[in-house]
Amino acid sequence: MTDPGAGQLHLAVALDGAGWHPAAWREPDARPAELLTASYWVDLVTEAERGVLDLVTIEDGLSLQSADRYQRDRRTDQVRGRLDAVLIAARVAPLTSHVGLIPTVIGTHTEPFHVSKAIATLDWVSSGRAGVRVRVSARPDEFAHFGRREPPSGIEGVADRFAEAADYVEVLRRLWDSWEDDAEIRDVATGRFVDRDRLHYIDFSGRWFSVRGPSITPRPPQGQPLVAALAHATVPYQFVASSADIGFVTPHDATQATAIVTEIRALQAAAGRASETVHVFGDLLVYLDDSQGLAADRKARLDEQAGAEYRSDALTFTGTAAQLADLMLSWHSTGLTGFRLRPATIPHDLDQITRALVPQLQRWRAFPDRYSAPTLRGLLGLPHPANRYASAR
Amino acid sequence: MTKAVKQLHLAAHFPGVNNTTVWSDPRAGSHIEFGSFAHFARAAERAKFDFLFLAEGLRLREQKGRIYDLDVVGRPDTFTILAALAAVTGRLGLAGTINSTFNEPYEVARQFASLDHLSGGRAAWNVVTSWDAFTGENFRRAGFLPREQRYERARTFLHTTWELFESWRGDEIVADKASGEFLARPDVGRFSHVDAHFDIAGQFDVPRSPQGRPVIFQAGDSDEGREFAASDADAIFSRHSTLDAGRAFYADVKGRLAKYGRSPDELLILPAATFVLADTDAEAAELAHEVRLQQVSGATAIAFLEQLWNRDLSGYDPDGPLPAVDPVVGENTTARGRASVRMYSDPLATARDWRDRAAARNLSIRELIIEVTGRQSFVGSPATIAATINEYVQADASDGYILVPHITPGGLDSFADKVVPLLQERGVFRTDYAGTTLREHLGLPLRPPAGSRAHAAGARAAS
Repeated sequence: MTDPGAGQLHLAVALDGAGWHPAAWREPDARPAELLTASYWVDLVTEAERGVLDLVTIEDGLSLQSADRYQRDRRTDQVRGRLDAVLIAARVAPLTSHVGLIPTVIGTHTEPFHVSKAIATLDWVSSGRAGVRVRVSARPDEFAHFGRREPPSGIEGVADRFAEAADYVEVLRRLWDSWEDDAEIRDVATGRFVDRDRLHYIDFSGRWFSVRGPSITPRPPQGQPLVAALAHATVPYQFVASSADIGFVTPHDATQATAIVTEIRALQAAAGRASETVHVFGDLLVYLDDSQGLAADRKARLDEQAGAEYRSDALTFTGTAAQLADLMLSWHSTGLTGFRLRPATIPHDLDQITRALVPQLQRWRAFPDRYSAPTLRGLLGLPHPANRYASAR
Repeated sequence: MTKAVKQLHLAAHFPGVNNTTVWSDPRAGSHIEFGSFAHFARAAERAKFDFLFLAEGLRLREQKGRIYDLDVVGRPDTFTILAALAAVTGRLGLAGTINSTFNEPYEVARQFASLDHLSGGRAAWNVVTSWDAFTGENFRRAGFLPREQRYERARTFLHTTWELFESWRGDEIVADKASGEFLARPDVGRFSHVDAHFDIAGQFDVPRSPQGRPVIFQAGDSDEGREFAASDADAIFSRHSTLDAGRAFYADVKGRLAKYGRSPDELLILPAATFVLADTDAEAAELAHEVRLQQVSGATAIAFLEQLWNRDLSGYDPDGPLPAVDPVVGENTTARGRASVRMYSDPLATARDWRDRAAARNLSIRELIIEVTGRQSFVGSPATIAATINEYVQADASDGYILVPHITPGGLDSFADKVVPLLQERGVFRTDYAGTTLREHLGLPLRPPAGSRAHAAGARAAS
């Protein structure tokens, strides 16, 4: 067993429909008819909070889910249809009090001005627990839903989409800082509600959009809500290193994990962010049961129901919570600062995470017993950030 | 034949970023913390209001090239705050303004459909259009659209979202674990829309929501706005006026419905209204004057004057007479991002009118502005206000009111606690919600899914 006293790791769970396996919705405990209800999502996030998880992410896209990453399929045997992830997070926020909420937004098609104020508002309604995972769109059908432009193609297209996403995050961040924390002065004597010298035009001008600012929403409680991204290759690693606070990566063994973290750290230094905290979480698809055999059997049964083995971009783990805890700790030296677990089925694997994995990690003192900070930045060890415009005054 | 007693509708407008909202009052709380929104929403729901209403503005207002700092500044994102409010209320409708100019139909449709799901059928959309280059500077689709094209685009935008809402009938999700059939058919949500403004096609990804589509509001008193409401809206968010003017507006708008195959009860007339409540009418009148003084400081009076005069008047004494110089005619370069400026279609005439009024009663600038802007709609004791509101509704000057308190977040409490019970005693306002959706609260017909028999019958009736 790995040294149980090794430093505490961070733990996130990735929520998507009935779970990540395409046949998850057919499990006896699944609630496939409730995926579009508020109570379903409240139950899931409440369970995550019961497990003292740092945060949940909520998947999203601007098209129907598809077994094919690049186009829609015609399948009728998998979950199709979903709700806007930011609004799910907002609906859940007042009913939870500690867990971080990181919905997905698609930077390629949405307005950074709208999304900046939406995430700022999520931060207000959650008292400082908001983040946003920014995705780029690769599906031509998503472009057709907006009809504004043709999808870029080839290697250049990929680079362009991530360059646009970097601009997008830059605008989100500038808008969050466009109000200083103390801009609202309510000075009755002079009749001024705000000190307009503490409100700032952001004057962003780029290839894809220009945004004047300031935001219509005051700086959120965290100052800068967290920005996250999933990354599988150098171009998105660059995006994580230059723009994000958390990168979700998909190593299949410890050697790969070390290589990815090393690459991201080098890119981070090159981007001039060496002194900033950038988390790198390893994504794992998990099937958890009381024995490895049971977990493997369940995976086999699900794959059979789906008609094919579900192959994830992330490493697939089948086994017990204790084995998973052991694996996670054994990867400690890779430099990963945490893990984002994708439950193969919900609620089963989510409950296994919160009720078996977490207690195991807690016994090994590798995971906290309770929430130690009121904000997501606090949980992840990030300070309240200085406002980029405050010193310009 | 005696006319049936009308049931009235009541809604609560979260205090806005304008001088109606008194932030200088010691009781005034945060305009951005969720606790204020939750307090306000709970008060409205406790009083069995139909819905809460949230306005939107996508760029901070400016005057003379600087951010306007005399009023409340800053507000949340409409969708996000409404979704959060769905968590702390159970029946209250959740209405928000969403601009049709700086958004795309696919995204707005999925946000409203999501909000409708997450609130159990309580979403409403106030469709506004404001294609000005000033606001456009914050968006990808920046630019300017001539006024005459704005309603056409808004209508097209709205109809496009309807196609998306209607692209799911509501029977597609089977979710049969035994057979493995999740969807009844693969082509769910298909749509294709091509016109002068949009060229989009594909599959919408949010299944049909409880209300089918959100309740639609239209705000705007212009002829085009009235026509838009008559053809497409479920409710019109108008300005409160005198009893006679209200009846004329009501008759005019309801009279436009027939040509769209709609009956008069398919469009509600809901003016925004302010109120000042006290134990007696005399105390209320006195309090109303105090509130007006809070709302119109000397600096605010000068600012209002500059908005009409379209020039710097900072050298004038708010307690002195009106300027002798005339307004600068043409594009308003003094005040930007402010809806009220559009009302001044003839600044010279308005200035003449204001000067005449000031001269006739020897009013200072501040006294004049208090007189000509935003006087309270209803002032009096609970009994007086209940009686007046009911009189207006029964006389067909409106179907109810969207109340705009001047204090955040507690400004609705006294109305909820003192006026609503009197309306309930009169039997003109619900004592509890009869349904769960906003459409039910408003007595609007439920929307049958496209392609269903009921829909086909409705379409025939409308043609």
